[in-house]
Amino acid sequence: MSTLAAATSTGSPTLNITIFVVFVVATLAIVIKVAGGKKTASQMYTGGAAFSGRQNGLAIAGDYLSAASFLGIAGAIALQGYDGFLYSIGFLVAWLVALLLVAELFRNTGRFTLADVLSYRLKQRPMRIATASSVLAVSFFYLLAQMAGAGGLVSLLLGVDGAMAQNIVIAVVGIVMVAYVMIGGMKGTTWVQMIKAVLLIFAVAVMTIMVLAQFGMNLSSVMQGAVDKNPAAGESLLEPGLKYGKSLTTQIDFISLSLALVLGTAGLPHVLQRFYTVPTSKQARKSVEWAIWLIGGFYLLTLVIGYGAGALVGPDVINAAPGKANAAAPLLAYELGGSVLLGVVSGIAFATILAVVAGLTITASASFAHDLYNQVFKNGTATQEEEVKVSRYAIIGTGAVAIFGGMLAKDQNIAFLVALAFAVAASANLPTILYSLFWKRFNTRGALWSMYGGLGSALVLIAFSPVVSGSETAMIPGADFAIFPLANPGLISIPMGFFLGWLGSVTSKEFNRAKYAEMEVRSLTGHGVAESVDH
Amino acid sequence: MSNDAQPLGERYIAVQESEEFGDLRRTFRGFVFPVTAFFLAWYFLYVLLSIFASDFMGTKVFGNINIGVIMGLGQFVTTFAITIIYVRWAAKSFDPKAEALADSITAIDTPEVKD
Repeated sequence: MSTLAAATSTGSPTLNITIFVVFVVATLAIVIKVAGGKKTASQMYTGGAAFSGRQNGLAIAGDYLSAASFLGIAGAIALQGYDGFLYSIGFLVAWLVALLLVAELFRNTGRFTLADVLSYRLKQRPMRIATASSVLAVSFFYLLAQMAGAGGLVSLLLGVDGAMAQNIVIAVVGIVMVAYVMIGGMKGTTWVQMIKAVLLIFAVAVMTIMVLAQFGMNLSSVMQGAVDKNPAAGESLLEPGLKYGKSLTTQIDFISLSLALVLGTAGLPHVLQRFYTVPTSKQARKSVEWAIWLIGGFYLLTLVIGYGAGALVGPDVINAAPGKANAAAPLLAYELGGSVLLGVVSGIAFATILAVVAGLTITASASFAHDLYNQVFKNGTATQEEEVKVSRYAIIGTGAVAIFGGMLAKDQNIAFLVALAFAVAASANLPTILYSLFWKRFNTRGALWSMYGGLGSALVLIAFSPVVSGSETAMIPGADFAIFPLANPGLISIPMGFFLGWLGSVTSKEFNRAKYAEMEVRSLTGHGVAESVDH
Repeated sequence: MSNDAQPLGERYIAVQESEEFGDLRRTFRGFVFPVTAFFLAWYFLYVLLSIFASDFMGTKVFGNINIGVIMGLGQFVTTFAITIIYVRWAAKSFDPKAEALADSITAIDTPEVKD
């Protein structure tokens, strides 16, 4: 036990750092080569909409398979067994919402940002402000979670412990990310995400085969190994309930989380932004098709990785390691392939954070420059050059917020940040998107109510939930004002977003007949998309 | 987007109210709405069974593979299957109609642009 734990924290930090530096230098060189130089707004936000569906599907997988879904789910399966697996299914099924209802129509009706779609047939100014608020809020929470996660990974992977070292790593991640985005725009970022996706899926596939080889290529034997190694949990590792079955509250909490996961993905701004990087709705469809295969395949592999870590590393060693559950996959890598494989997995884990953070930064800066600066402050009169210049300032600003926010949040319980991002996306963005695309009667009041109502109720419920106060793992452990029992607000805030969108619409008479016709015709036929790309 | 909404808007309204467009909308919604209802119902059935019927889900079928694992893998299978079916359906039944309509709109558009 002590050798393994020691190996992870001190074994080969030099090797880990070397592999990470090689990755950063190699990808930066690629970014400069494919996407260096001056940029138009379209190149900055969408890579000129010039990616193929397959490339974009790969980039979506690179963007979506964050450290939380790689290290987090593998660790959850290793320690909580089936309940960790249950978690990954919500993340996958969610893509069907994107495939069937959102991706193609969204591509056909917008160009740069989520607000393009939502303000299409509604009043521009209030809709742009509302959408930008929600986009910036979701991006902020997600960004903090990723940066805080980067800090937490440090003690595990580089063997450096202590606040100063973690702060330095957070700053390095932030600065490298700003460099990618400034130099490469969306094109460069997309390439980083594609490369990272290939490396991650390849490494996890190799680890899966190595685990299965030790158990006669039999999943059932891997699961038996995990049961044998964990006498405290035993057979309950194989069935649902170990984590979420404790009480009625945890059961309902899981339903709430499931709802947020399955409806949140198609409302995440950085996921939606990826649909603009392809030229047509058919390519957007192809993107999601590829993403579903890659993400689904990856989660199937994490089932083996998770139980494999439970069987070969064991819960005692995982719990003793810095980073606990998050250490399961790296510890398994060390067990299987020594310090070289550990170094590779650690490097990929860092690359993962870089790629996700870069995608979030582009989305947030596009929303700031295109929606708030140009459309709201300048009434749409800013030139392309001005807008791109502002987006560059916004990237630096986002980088600074990510670095300082990450430093402050690094010791916090970060799970709530991710839950919050998904809950806000599902409560504020998704109702507005679906109504906008499918409901004739929808109007500005309905959109503002569902947007602010979903955003507000999610924020308020989280503030009064056990993740903020009243429990041992809370943000403010000393206080107790947790009058809302669930950790995830989705069960209340998502229906609230849909209800307010309906109520606002039926109480307002506003209806733009011509714009509604234009939007619907374009959304289904793809008419006009090619022209707007050429601009 | 387009600023000359007035004459253009009239034409979009005409397209939207046309027989062909109504047919396209029915085709699209006739597929995606029922399929969405199905996969959401199946997903929440699975979540609710996992949460409230964990003993049933723990029933072993072969080796350590129990009903819960089979149903979980079943979610992967249905997600992949819906993806394949939708992509094929769209290429065969939706895209031709959408493209024909998009072409006819472009045809109406072109002379107007010269004005």
